[in-house]
Amino acid sequence: MEIKSALFYLFSAVLLFAALRVITSRNPVHAALYLVLAFFQASGIWMLLKAEFLSITLVLVYVGAVMVLFLFVVMMIDINLDTLKKDFWKHFPLAAFIGAVLALELASVLMGGFRSSQIAVDTAASGAPVSNTRDLGVLLYTEYLYPLEIAAVILLVAIVSAIALTMRERKDTKAQDPGEQVKVKATDRLRMVKIEPVQQALVPPVVEEPKS
Amino acid sequence: MNITLGHYLTLGAVLFALSVIGIFLNRKNLIVLLMAIELMLLAVNTNFVAFSHYLGDMHGQVFVFFILTVAAAESAIGLAILVLLFRNRYSVNVDELNSLKG
Repeated sequence: MEIKSALFYLFSAVLLFAALRVITSRNPVHAALYLVLAFFQASGIWMLLKAEFLSITLVLVYVGAVMVLFLFVVMMIDINLDTLKKDFWKHFPLAAFIGAVLALELASVLMGGFRSSQIAVDTAASGAPVSNTRDLGVLLYTEYLYPLEIAAVILLVAIVSAIALTMRERKDTKAQDPGEQVKVKATDRLRMVKIEPVQQALVPPVVEEPKS
Repeated sequence: MNITLGHYLTLGAVLFALSVIGIFLNRKNLIVLLMAIELMLLAVNTNFVAFSHYLGDMHGQVFVFFILTVAAAESAIGLAILVLLFRNRYSVNVDELNSLKG
């Protein structure tokens, strides 16, 4: 139990340090890399809480996909760092005040509600070993089947909208449009011109001389 | 000394307060704002997992699963909008986004 406590304090300290560096670092690339570190520490904390599936999912989804996306975007767009940091600490008094108020409120609730009550149920000590992934899967595919489908639809909408937002069509590329090609009619391509076999010679109209 | 539920909740609260401060500080940089939102969601998820462990109820972890899904979709669309914004305005400064102001 001592090792678990030590690990908790280690993970928490590194997590809070990484979060502090995320919000104060000068370079967005550094912020993204510190956020990766924060996600790894949070994954360790979730592992201490015996949520193995979610902990591995956090590393796979966030570090593997979302943070790579962040890094791509950070490196793709060109940010002027000097203008970003010009009045960085201007809002700090307001931010510190709101942060302190928030922390005090949360601390008052936590100290009032969760210090005395011993609701620590050690689930591992009782009975047979349980598989976290199996329990989560059983719950997901029975009770939460409909929300799971909605989550899948949300992901699909996210894919389509992200592509539709960022895809741009270049004006100077030449490409075939199969729809237009199929839709074409014979009259669009071939025009019959009726030509008289004998052309009449143009006779200039006779202008009558005005009588004077 | 045992680690109780209060320890985990305090960790989540401090992380959430830090990310709120980050949102106030990084007014010039939309990317770091998105990162602060991710940190907020991480704090909330930590609370969910802690409650789920200490109350012995798996439903909290299912909720974390759905939060992860929606957060991934949110960050993908947010970054797409950010790229589009930078392509049009050449800036990610939040204070300059006042085109709709009359």
